[in-house]
Amino acid sequence: MKVVVVDYGMGNLFSVRRALEVSGATDIEVSSDPSRLAHAERVILPGVGAFADGMAGLRSGGFVPAIHAYVATGRPLLGICLGMQMLMEHSEEFGATPGLGLIPGAVRAMARVGADGARRKLPSIGWAGLIPGGVNGWDGSVLAGLQPGVPVYFLHSFHAEPTLRQDLLAQYDYGGVPVTAAVKRANVTGTQFHPEKSGPVGLGIVNAFLAG
Amino acid sequence: MPARLIARLDIKGPNLIKGVQMEGLRVMGDPYDFARRYYEAGVDELLYIDIVASLYGRSKLTEVVRRTAQDVFVPMTVGGGIRTLDDVTELLRAGADKVAINTAAVARPDLITEVAKRFGSQAMVLSVEAKQQAPGRWEVYTETGRERSGLDVVDWVKRGVALGAGEVLVTAIDREGTRKGYDLDLIAAVAAVVDVPLISSGGYGAQGDLATALAAGADAVAVADALHYGRATLAELRAEMGAL
Repeated sequence: MKVVVVDYGMGNLFSVRRALEVSGATDIEVSSDPSRLAHAERVILPGVGAFADGMAGLRSGGFVPAIHAYVATGRPLLGICLGMQMLMEHSEEFGATPGLGLIPGAVRAMARVGADGARRKLPSIGWAGLIPGGVNGWDGSVLAGLQPGVPVYFLHSFHAEPTLRQDLLAQYDYGGVPVTAAVKRANVTGTQFHPEKSGPVGLGIVNAFLAG
Repeated sequence: MPARLIARLDIKGPNLIKGVQMEGLRVMGDPYDFARRYYEAGVDELLYIDIVASLYGRSKLTEVVRRTAQDVFVPMTVGGGIRTLDDVTELLRAGADKVAINTAAVARPDLITEVAKRFGSQAMVLSVEAKQQAPGRWEVYTETGRERSGLDVVDWVKRGVALGAGEVLVTAIDREGTRKGYDLDLIAAVAAVVDVPLISSGGYGAQGDLATALAAGADAVAVADALHYGRATLAELRAEMGAL
């Protein structure tokens, strides 16, 4: 199975590649050539950094039409962290920036104030338990089989707010306020957390993406 | 967010070393072996600091990071000798998730903003080596505790966060390797002025030290020689933190 990791100049590509390797992927291509997506059976869109820079990187690399064409084939796409946020329609980080528009909704700054009225620290950094979101739980997704509450690693200040409840795959609790942990719409999945940095649980999620 | 337990690995060349108040170095072994063991025991994060890089300029740390990232799937923060955006890019591409910058940020504070803009503030950890000058007053040191900066720790941390640092690592250099416990006044003084996560490093000595550091305002605690010498296991430290 050919797995292509999109290289548009941002993100921890080495750890993503290693997570794929130990999860059993044998044909991994980290590529800055959008035409490679036509041959892929799985695509990972990683990313760390600012939304506008990420989208600019995807655009200048010619990846935007290639990703849309790939998703239209029905094959699975996984966005991680910034890669997940770019699946959304737009971001409000430093002014409105259009995203890939694969999942309806926006990326917004996490609220500074928690449910108790106290100020929360941002960025949100650390391990937090996954809570099934949406209307269908997480059966049939890369999280299938995980126990609710299993901790994964987050490192972010912005989060996606999907318009449709059914696109919300998982959340976590940050100071009493639910934060989006994962989104899913048909063959497009995104995780705000880093599966490649979430220990054996994260590797299991990568494995599920390859198998699913 | 549950408090984090971080294993700190100070590096000199290819070796894990342990310093006492950043002098008198002892070679402990291959950092990869220790990192792998801590990963398998469930550590929350790893912190690599190259303690000579800012003196001699050239970091060998990238290789250690890349080798670790082969088999360790928890986040890594890496510091020591980082001066440019290219240095940051190289470390992140090798498997690091965050960079910790001290000396170069003091020399040119705009670097903090540049790193935060390019890689996100969550990747920019302001590393502060604090030496006590008087009760309630600490000075920022650079070059792994060798050079005075003239900066007040609380003022500098405030400025660094305003410039874009998304996390602060405070190392109490009076306490490093002394087993006297964390500097609780320092933690409280820094926690009072920042709204980003705070990592406390330097001084873990005995059971109870982690809980008091967290109570003083730290969001994460870094432990070095207690782990390296096997005086405490991660499970014992975790139990002490009351988490998981």
